Amino acid sequence: MSSGEKYVAAAYGVFVVVVLVWVAILAAKLSRLERETGELAQLARARPATGDHADG
Amino acid sequence: MSIAKPSLTALASVAAALVTLSAVLIFVVAPEDADQGFSQKIFYVHVPIALTAYACFGLGAWKAYRVLATRGERYDLESYTGVHLGTIFGVLTLVTGAIWAKASWGVWWTWSSNQLVLFLVLFLFYCAYFMLRFSIEPGPRRERISAVYALFGVALIPVSFFAIRLANDFIHPTVFTREGPQMTGEMFFAFCVSWASITLLAYVMYRVELAGKRIDANLRELREALQT
Repeated sequence: MSSGEKYVAAAYGVFVVVVLVWVAILAAKLSRLERETGELAQLARARPATGDHADG
Repeated sequence: MSIAKPSLTALASVAAALVTLSAVLIFVVAPEDADQGFSQKIFYVHVPIALTAYACFGLGAWKAYRVLATRGERYDLESYTGVHLGTIFGVLTLVTGAIWAKASWGVWWTWSSNQLVLFLVLFLFYCAYFMLRFSIEPGPRRERISAVYALFGVALIPVSFFAIRLANDFIHPTVFTREGPQMTGEMFFAFCVSWASITLLAYVMYRVELAGKRIDANLRELREALQT
């Protein structure tokens, strides 16, 4: 591999790596949001029923 | 009449196809530069990334203007996302530029090029945006101050963009002159496709980031409502 080719590979490699890091960060955020949504759903289910259904 | 936004899946698919096509055009179709040889291929990724960084900062500033003009909360998040992506593409511009500089000039960086220094100033200006934003409590005050700051930064974009023409910068090359692009038709076509693919990729990233930030904000609100 010539030095020119190495520099080109490095420039394109950096671009690909940054996009992949961005995807990895987003994946981590997505799993956090999934966990938080699950917690909120549990919290909502645990709350006592209110409104029309309460007086049966 | 409102125009429906194209779906994120369709946009991401088109972006992926364009990125693949641009890779083929750059490495198979576009001829090698007679002067710089193979290392000139960095041009096809470095320049579109730099133009995308300018576009993202510009978008952030436009949304900041909308925050100030309409007091719309949603524009604050959009402005922040634009600046955030501009910073990511700014890092990429500086890194790919340094690699190209090393390949062409033999140095990673030179302080004598106005184009380079002004881009660094623009980048650092927008890096400070995050320090300012996160030093203020969330709310209308933070939205206004962040918007004013993002709007100020937009003045640096044309200065940075036209620096090589304004200051007769002999180090940084000027490819687009009044006579048109200084390259062959195949090279110019490869450049245009690469530019379109990176711009579209940035737009997809913008939409995904924005959706994530909106979900985050909605969940925080929902948690507060459920816990009271």
